[in-house]
Amino acid sequence: MGKWTRRAVISAGVVAGGGLIVGVAIRPGNRAAKLSKYVAGDGETLLHTWVKLDSDNVVTAIIPHAEMGQGVGTALAQMLADELDADWDLVKFEEAPALGEFANYPMAQAMLLAGADIPDFVLPTVEGALIRTAHVLDLQITGGSLSVRTTGAYGMRIAGAAVKEMLKIAAAEAWQVPVNQVIAENSQLIHKASGRVEPYCAFAESASQMTPPVSPTLKSVDEFKIMGRHVERHDLPSKVDGTAIFALDVRLPDMLYATVMRAPTFGGGIDSVDEVRTRAINGVVDVVQLPSAEVSSMLGKFTYAESVAVVAKGYWAAKQGMDALNIQWRSTENDGVSSDAIFKQFDRDISAGVDRESDIAQGDLVASMENAAQVIHADYRVPFLAHTCMEPLNATAMVNDGHCEVWVGCQSPLSFRQAIANALGFDIENVTVHNCFMGGGFGRKSRPDYAIQAAQLAVSLGRPVQLLWTREEDVRQDFYRPAIQSRFRAALDDSGDLIAWENTYVDKHEPDEAALIPYSVDVQDIGHVRSPTHIPFGAWRSVAHSHHGFFTESFIDEVAVAAGQDPFDYRVARLQHLPRQLAVLTKAAKEAQWHIPLAPGRGRGISLQSSFGSIVAEVVEVTVKDGNLSVDRVVAVIDAGYAVSPDGMKAQIESGIIYGLSAALFGEISIKDGAVVESNFHDYQSVRMSDAPAIETHIINSGADWGGAGEPGTPPIASALTNAIFNATGNRIRQLPIKNVDLQAARESTATMG
Amino acid sequence: MTVITVNGTEQKLQVDPSTPLLWVLREQLALTGTKFGCGMAQCGACTVHVDGTAMRSCVTPLSAVSGQKITTIEGLAPNNNELHPLQQAWIEEQVPQCGYCQSGQLMSAAALLATNPSPSDADINIAMAGNICRCGMYSRIRRAIKSVAGVQQFDPAVTELAREINNG
Ligand code: FES
Ligand code: FES
Repeated sequence: MGKWTRRAVISAGVVAGGGLIVGVAIRPGNRAAKLSKYVAGDGETLLHTWVKLDSDNVVTAIIPHAEMGQGVGTALAQMLADELDADWDLVKFEEAPALGEFANYPMAQAMLLAGADIPDFVLPTVEGALIRTAHVLDLQITGGSLSVRTTGAYGMRIAGAAVKEMLKIAAAEAWQVPVNQVIAENSQLIHKASGRVEPYCAFAESASQMTPPVSPTLKSVDEFKIMGRHVERHDLPSKVDGTAIFALDVRLPDMLYATVMRAPTFGGGIDSVDEVRTRAINGVVDVVQLPSAEVSSMLGKFTYAESVAVVAKGYWAAKQGMDALNIQWRSTENDGVSSDAIFKQFDRDISAGVDRESDIAQGDLVASMENAAQVIHADYRVPFLAHTCMEPLNATAMVNDGHCEVWVGCQSPLSFRQAIANALGFDIENVTVHNCFMGGGFGRKSRPDYAIQAAQLAVSLGRPVQLLWTREEDVRQDFYRPAIQSRFRAALDDSGDLIAWENTYVDKHEPDEAALIPYSVDVQDIGHVRSPTHIPFGAWRSVAHSHHGFFTESFIDEVAVAAGQDPFDYRVARLQHLPRQLAVLTKAAKEAQWHIPLAPGRGRGISLQSSFGSIVAEVVEVTVKDGNLSVDRVVAVIDAGYAVSPDGMKAQIESGIIYGLSAALFGEISIKDGAVVESNFHDYQSVRMSDAPAIETHIINSGADWGGAGEPGTPPIASALTNAIFNATGNRIRQLPIKNVDLQAARESTATMG
Repeated sequence: MTVITVNGTEQKLQVDPSTPLLWVLREQLALTGTKFGCGMAQCGACTVHVDGTAMRSCVTPLSAVSGQKITTIEGLAPNNNELHPLQQAWIEEQVPQCGYCQSGQLMSAAALLATNPSPSDADINIAMAGNICRCGMYSRIRRAIKSVAGVQQFDPAVTELAREINNG
């Protein structure tokens, strides 16, 4: 590997020599001039894309990911600071501006190389020639639990180590001493023999003239000082005193406020709008019809339907104006579609097995089923789900002299920039995206529709406009976790051993391996049929793992019960080939005191899912009394390789569990007349304080490759919960949400069966 | 014209009195710490204190609080150099994820502790029932509340009074 050239880095052909893709984060040569005008303040020297060192010796990590709650900035800054041997108190971070220069190259590389567990919404880029032809302009994405394991592992650490080496060389030259006698410690360079000590910043400028080293030496785990340590998140002080600026908090001079509505039936459009009553409302400025927008980016190709906006001097007037509009929507071919019809269609398509494709097919399924001592089968279902981020969708836009500025909280600022430029017919240089704190993302804020609408309004009004969706619009115009049906059959021999596993489900989504099971079964046939609906699909925290985690880990429980064996022991016997999974599952059982019996009416359930590079097991304890369910306790164990920020990882797991619990208990988007029935938190419920279990999270640092943390907590929770309910009541729940199940009746029916 | 006192400062407002307090705070007074989440008293993101009581400002018309004392998240701390004990506990327990719900959570918790300095789990469940956290930080919120239970609280009414005296 010779010296890197600028070209070598920008094209994706960076050699993965030694298994590292470091080059993508390390800019060769000095690019400071080009980038510094965007991020460097007065007195600061930009060493390269990822690190900034100012004259006060403060190191700033420039984070190419958006903060949506996961504390990503802090974890990535820890990785950088540790390799740099920086004084943690002198380390800050800021989010990279939405410019191609900051595109997330390591993420692109990890996707190219690994491929398997990349979220659906980034897939088109991987398939396309974009990366290969060196136009990675679209990849500043947050999602797929990828930040730490790509940007952190391949970018930040290398960057920190490289900068340290450059500073040492610069100091050695200045002091005229051999470089191996220069020590870097706590943001200072030290030469012991001569007693010299100078802060890093003294050499910032000379270091910025150098070409970064090709392969800087990384620390081994036992040398970590800042990684693995509990540090307080940098962003929290502003989140307890009301000063954190979310997109909705942006205030521009002369700004107007707006709200929008699209046809409730997906694919519908506007027939006519009667504005008379609206325009009579005090404060209403305008009623604007926004054209549909075509977006083709790394997210794929989408058409966002046209909408009606009411613009006013304040949000309240805009909202009242919207309520007063009389809109006739065009009829569509989907006007008659209901949830019932959708599930009938799924059932029909699974039975017909049309164009069934296998994820895995091994062994002789027919023979195994014929020779089985026992065959069990079951159908599982989950409904559509909305994201309901705490902060409803909003964006603020301003157009001046042909330049559009947009303030938004989003998971993919570069693709938003592109999409806005396309929709307005602007050159991309004439669009600036300011990414703000996100009040939740969960996958929804990777779609730019709301930012496009704000930009369209700013153009049409000629004044800054803050667009805020009503919660009702947020629930009814989402990109939904799809409804899915999954059909299982399992063959057991007379000792209860699992000899064959068959599974057919509708609609394949990312990650590819989500429906696969870790258990050793010789004969397996897992596959899917296509059964499209008109309901828009979107990535929802953990994507396809969110439903397959419920399906497969429930059915393996059914198999264990049919075999007359303990569900934990049954899993353990079939995990001997996977030591990490085995360790995680075993620890979860141990911490939850799995084998100590519970009082009548109480129950425990267990579940195991590997997703986004991490392995998570969860044990849930419930009480069911007079048909009332209480989720008492959740014990979670995660092996993500190494926890950079242990408390941050625990918080993410807690968050993923509650998010999945809301869905398991209450989450249901129902379709009637082609449109969504639910509208706000009263009919699309979330877990609240009194529903929330005590959660204990344990971390295993196995030293395996880095895994994600934002999503892997979600997939196991639904099945751990329903398995616990089964354990308590004998009632097997195969359709979510649980709010629709009469647990009282279930207990009686179990009694009859027993 | 409607007159209210917000964080110790009297405000004379020329706003349609049927406008919910939330929008007056955010738009007229640029106090954006109070958040919008649902607009129908379901999520608690907009919680403020009205004469010391936690209220959902998204469904409270300006006319209903005329002449009253409002405290928002910006006014929860006793002064510029000190945090409210709950704000401190929120940092110690690393409560916020995205943070969007936390102004409302803190205002509900502060109102609880002002009247019930050592709440039981059941008291916490009731007082916090109206506040959703989509990031699911409930265990941490509970821990943080309990960590300051029994600790001397800043009574919002007293804080208000002190501020008024300061402002002359
Ligand atoms: S915005 Fe007021 S309760 Fe949700
Ligand atoms: S911290 Fe995100 S909603 Fe509560």
